[in-house]
Amino acid sequence: MDKKIVATTSLAGCFGCHMSLLDIDERILDLIELVEFNKSPIDDIKTFTKHCDIGIVEGGCASSENVHVLKEFRKNCTTLIALGECAIMGGLPALRNTIPITECLEEAYLNGLTTKDNNPDRIMPNDEDIPMMLDRVYPIRELVKVDYFLPGCPPSADLIWNALTALILGKEMELPYEMIRYD
Amino acid sequence: MSTKVVIDPVTRVEGHGKVTIHLDDNGAVTQSRLHIVEFRGFERFVQGRPYWEVPVLVQRLCGICPVSHHLAGAKATDQIVGAGTGDGLSPTAEKMRRLMHYGQIFQSHALHFFHLSSPDLLFGIDGPIATRNVIGVALEHKDLAVQGVMMRKFGQEIIKVTAGKKIHGTGAIPGGINKNLSIEERDKFLDGKDLPNVDQMIDWSEGAIDFFKDYHKKNREMVDNFSAFPSNNLSLVRADGAMDLYHGLLRAVDSEGKKIFDDAPYQEYYNLIGEGVKSWSYMKFPFILSLGQENGWYRVGPLARLNTVDFIPTPQAQKRFEEFRAYANGKPSRICLLTHWARLIETLHAAEMMKELLNDPDLQGTELVRTGTRQGEGIGLIEAPRGTLFHHYHVDENDQITMCNLIVSTTNNNEPMNRAVNNVAVAQMTGQEEITEPMMNAVEVAIRAYDPCLSCATHAVGRMPLEVSLVDTNGTVIAEAKK
Repeated sequence: MDKKIVATTSLAGCFGCHMSLLDIDERILDLIELVEFNKSPIDDIKTFTKHCDIGIVEGGCASSENVHVLKEFRKNCTTLIALGECAIMGGLPALRNTIPITECLEEAYLNGLTTKDNNPDRIMPNDEDIPMMLDRVYPIRELVKVDYFLPGCPPSADLIWNALTALILGKEMELPYEMIRYD
Repeated sequence: MSTKVVIDPVTRVEGHGKVTIHLDDNGAVTQSRLHIVEFRGFERFVQGRPYWEVPVLVQRLCGICPVSHHLAGAKATDQIVGAGTGDGLSPTAEKMRRLMHYGQIFQSHALHFFHLSSPDLLFGIDGPIATRNVIGVALEHKDLAVQGVMMRKFGQEIIKVTAGKKIHGTGAIPGGINKNLSIEERDKFLDGKDLPNVDQMIDWSEGAIDFFKDYHKKNREMVDNFSAFPSNNLSLVRADGAMDLYHGLLRAVDSEGKKIFDDAPYQEYYNLIGEGVKSWSYMKFPFILSLGQENGWYRVGPLARLNTVDFIPTPQAQKRFEEFRAYANGKPSRICLLTHWARLIETLHAAEMMKELLNDPDLQGTELVRTGTRQGEGIGLIEAPRGTLFHHYHVDENDQITMCNLIVSTTNNNEPMNRAVNNVAVAQMTGQEEITEPMMNAVEVAIRAYDPCLSCATHAVGRMPLEVSLVDTNGTVIAEAKK
């Protein structure tokens, strides 16, 4: 069997979903027999070098860069998976959605207890070399079509393993009720 | 013609950190910057939330060492419920938290060494790109890869039985912990039936130190001169001068080992530490107030901790600490790449601590929570795997948070990482017309030694992809290299 090609990325997430993928432990050695990783933090491939069978996206979209990367993933992956709470719903970073982004920035850079007396020129991050933050944090399905949603914060290693191996082997996913958790 | 080199660690449009280097007409480096391109706004959006949500909310900013945020947040809420500042918990609660924390240190350090650093050591900094990653290690050095996987698993399993989940657990609550450790849970780590036991973890940690020392012996010239520079050092230290990663007093020493401050209760951290802001990064620049922003920057993390403490309170790690100190002639080490050595000594210490705690009958105690007089303010500090982590909250009479100030570990290392990038850029790129792959990897190696959690992007499961462009001042790309 040809190896399936897999790409992964973390947008506005905490990398906990990628860590949960690593929590498959010894099964990692089985996984690399089944898949070839393309663009992913797991290797040195920085841009898509070929079309991928499976794209795994952790995190929602909080900045212009996140949106760009997400669209690249949709374009280059046959099947796109939203992995975890942030990709599916925006997650914890989306708690800022009820607050103007300016207020969030001012709290961090102007009003912070250890910052306010040490920023006399009232400098805020604003530079051509850093991306702009979006007005709010967007779940990825609001920007692209998503094929599978794997819930959890993070989804458990067993859930990721079952879903991924089913997709790779072309079988139906067996995800027992107790494996579907939202915490 | 002046030029600007852009190194974008997680590709040019993706990710969380990138580097720019400016060169003047003569090819001399005039400016180097590490840009952090992520912003969450936690300090603002946590306002209005009830304080007891803190331990489970804040950890979701980092899935790589969530336990550190979980515990620093819990320590802050201990103070709010009147359970004191590190001394008011029941023995069961404090020791459960310590076990959770040392499990976290162990798994995070193992991940960094085996999944991230070992490819550089095994295949060389200029080794073939195709194999110089964790998959290459798994395919070509299977025994070592399995060891790394099992060490990380052991730490994660410890976290699971203390926090309830491997990632984003709920174990620590204001004033204590919500479970103790059953005999059955404990024995899993001691009897070696389900997974290699804690003695095996101690042995593997010793083996990893020997592995690094052997590498150091063979590459001494490179390691010792690679982006080495003096700095101040900061960490929590136990009252008697011992390493204590869960609790202690703040100590800062300068590059010669002279104390800048010592025995400082962390409740007054804001009289000691300030943070500067620069327009080109979302990450702030902490410094020691008495020395000012220009000279007051400092290192945190494994190297800084081994530079600040007087001793390590477990026998095998203490022996290794003495070797480390002897190599630096008893002074603070300024060698960037020896952070790996320091990190592995801490890994061994964490394994010894886990063994000590697992055998402590207090973990089967039943007093889980203590509370006292309610306070309106809570401050929690902890030594996270990557360095000192600060959490500070004010709450009102409705239990809602009104103020939050966070200084996360990697932020403390902002200035040192920028200096490391500059040193490598000057050493590697001065006067060069072509940017080669080894030059890019050298910059990457310097950043990686700090194990930065650039919003947790780059050090997770592999190497940072890099792209370097040499562009002129009009923005025209002169040369481009990818790896």
